[in-house]
Amino acid sequence: MIERLTVDIAIIGGGTAACAAAVALRQAGLTVAVLEKRLCGAGASGVNFGGVRQQGRHPAELPLARRSRALWDNLNQLLGEDVEFEATGHIKIARTEADMAELERYAEMARDHGLELTLLGANAVRDELPWLGPNVVGASLSPTDGQANPRVVGPAYARLARKLGAEIREFAPVHRAVATGAGFETEAEGVTVTSRWLVNAAGAGAGAVATWFGEHAPVSPLMPSMVVTEPLPYLISRSIGVCGGDIYARQIRRGNVIFGGGHGWGDTERGLARPKTEETLGGMMRAVDIVPALAGAQVIRTWSGMDGQMPDHIPVISFSSTTPRLVHAFGFSGHGFQLGPVVGQIIAELIVDGQSASPIAPFAIQRFAGWTGAPSEGVGH
Amino acid sequence: MGSIVADPKVVVIGAGPAGLRAAETLARGGVRPILIDEAERPGGQIYRQPPPGAQRSAAALYGFEASKAVAVHAILSRLGNAIDYRPRTLVWNVFQQRLDTLASGRHGGLDFDRLVIASGAMDRVLPFPGWTLPGVFTLGGAQIALKAQGVSIGRRVAFVGAGPLLPLVAYQYATAGAEIAAVLDVTPFAGKLKNAPHLLAQPGTLAKGLWYMTRNAARGLTIRSGVRAIRVEGKGRVQGLWWQDASGAEHRVGCDAVGASFGLRSETQLADLVGCAFAFDGVTRQWIPARDAAGRSSVPYVYLAGDGAGIGGADVAELQGERAGLAVLEDLGKAVDGARVATLDRKLVRQGRFRRALENAYPYPAHLLDDVADDEMVCRCEGITAGALRSAAVERGAHEMNRLKAFTRIGMGRCQGRVCGHAAAEILARTVAKDIAAVGRLRGNPPIKPLPIGALP
Repeated sequence: MIERLTVDIAIIGGGTAACAAAVALRQAGLTVAVLEKRLCGAGASGVNFGGVRQQGRHPAELPLARRSRALWDNLNQLLGEDVEFEATGHIKIARTEADMAELERYAEMARDHGLELTLLGANAVRDELPWLGPNVVGASLSPTDGQANPRVVGPAYARLARKLGAEIREFAPVHRAVATGAGFETEAEGVTVTSRWLVNAAGAGAGAVATWFGEHAPVSPLMPSMVVTEPLPYLISRSIGVCGGDIYARQIRRGNVIFGGGHGWGDTERGLARPKTEETLGGMMRAVDIVPALAGAQVIRTWSGMDGQMPDHIPVISFSSTTPRLVHAFGFSGHGFQLGPVVGQIIAELIVDGQSASPIAPFAIQRFAGWTGAPSEGVGH
Repeated sequence: MGSIVADPKVVVIGAGPAGLRAAETLARGGVRPILIDEAERPGGQIYRQPPPGAQRSAAALYGFEASKAVAVHAILSRLGNAIDYRPRTLVWNVFQQRLDTLASGRHGGLDFDRLVIASGAMDRVLPFPGWTLPGVFTLGGAQIALKAQGVSIGRRVAFVGAGPLLPLVAYQYATAGAEIAAVLDVTPFAGKLKNAPHLLAQPGTLAKGLWYMTRNAARGLTIRSGVRAIRVEGKGRVQGLWWQDASGAEHRVGCDAVGASFGLRSETQLADLVGCAFAFDGVTRQWIPARDAAGRSSVPYVYLAGDGAGIGGADVAELQGERAGLAVLEDLGKAVDGARVATLDRKLVRQGRFRRALENAYPYPAHLLDDVADDEMVCRCEGITAGALRSAAVERGAHEMNRLKAFTRIGMGRCQGRVCGHAAAEILARTVAKDIAAVGRLRGNPPIKPLPIGALP
């Protein structure tokens, strides 16, 4: 027997942004149904590195990242549980003079967005972080950035949304959605939802949803390659990235060091993702290069997952260009974890106010209307 | 099944009774298999050989099974170069038709056309008060200490179990001169009586079991059945063992070591990583990779033999290894002896009946999991208590094992849930009042065992 729901807003996808939107929409007094193909927050929202990072983002993303960062400070209070957020700072390392010049240019640009970065020369880096390897020319420190546990954030938003009265349906992949004139009819496994609004937050599957409404969005699957060590004495006091992005690392308080770099293998058809051995082993070597103390450690697990990536590596967050009351939010290209809380609010703003308080013009889906190239590979974390 | 290649590369993982017989069968059938094993010497856990310099006679090491052990060990020396034997090699990942290995601190990769997984089994551990104290071993661990190193786990040892390993280990320790404080079976004696007719289907095996019990009795070793509420006492080390008898009366013995485990569980990580379909076995309460009578898995190029895909014991493992080897040969288009196939299939059916009876005689000791205290450690790797699991289930809605893993880190540590996973599933199922099969199984990730970062590519 197929359940039937009638709500103000149906959301396809149950990632962090989708569930945060459900929370904000319920707070605005609207009815919401979230349709998640597996478990909420277990896709790209749950398998990522866990970086809560503003530094290094595309300039268009910085206003959103700044706004989201403020939300992270109160997330435990909002969600009623510890999401292990800690503002450890994020340090981006230059391994060449050219890297350092890039960091200097970036810091100047970031200042215009109100993000203060501290540039450190080689000696200052060694004083500040004596556990770094010798292959460091300088670095840029973003003291307000940090890290959190990605496995708990999305599910906590889903629980809060449910508590506030949102209808959350897990293991309910959406087979089809159509505009009916008055709104939308969305058929998911076991449930059909009639709604006035529809939100496409389907991650790696969002490109397919867009085509149902005659829109082009070249989303390619992006699989991170993640590695975690056994617990080690606490050492890596900052979250670390490098220019070029081939390695990133952080250590959680209980001692495990998490690092990543490169991409895994994925099967979009079956929704499967796996780390690739060459990336795992390469990542291990790069990790030791950046933190030599890891040479004696043991890797206890590797993993991957599937995110959606856009050719220009920034997301789609916009009204549909073809269909009234359809909102897109997808394609976070491997760095959506930090943005999740604010994107939820932006989705709600678009629906409730008809516009967002944040500058989202660069994320319009129309930018791909005439796009004919292949979805491209890129660095993301 | 699958395509036929001119010079097929067949890999067998595991050099226990199943893997050795599979490799032998392949070699005889005209295929030179690569036999990979983690250990230094062939034999697996059951026929484990002491390290060089610590040899003892087969009779001293393996008792009744001495001739079988000798025969299994002899396979490699007899076939020599017909098998490409690679000991001391860990297979830490398998993806599609490629293995990742670690040997002597170096990484390697190996492509294959066909893969026989004979990964064996390990003790099933359940949490009880004191189970993490130094001096508490599994029965298998206690046996290996004796077999490989010739040492006892303690001076005065108590054994607790729920399977045929219990009387055997007790006997081996008594024979080796250890002082046995108690031998406690947490399954009821009634189950053994009820299943006696089926157990008689395998008179040789039953006779051995009776012989061990008789010999144990002759040494004054009574196995107490139907024991409940096991509890190890001690500060920093084992000092005693408490239990309740069927009437509820409390008993205690002093001891400095405890061997305790509760049947066996299949080592299924590689079958999981290569994508084999699994099914839940309700009698032994574990997820087992599905295989047909010949050992073919759901993945066309993967075969399963021995205890790694359902517990059958060493004799069954030898038969299954040979049968899987023949299945590989059949699928490669090679001629096989049809009469031999029929004989093996018949023997395996008979063994299967015996095994079911044995499983029913030693049922899963569910009572040990009915009232695990909230502060009891379930996962040693990550330090997760039963209470933490229950609260994640009740307060955070973790009704499925991978969600429980995401919330609590159960199964995320060094062993990836090989030790704690099934106990966690039992506790979760009880907490959310679901059938154990409905809470699912932990997804595995590579590496199946910890991988040193310093190893060289």
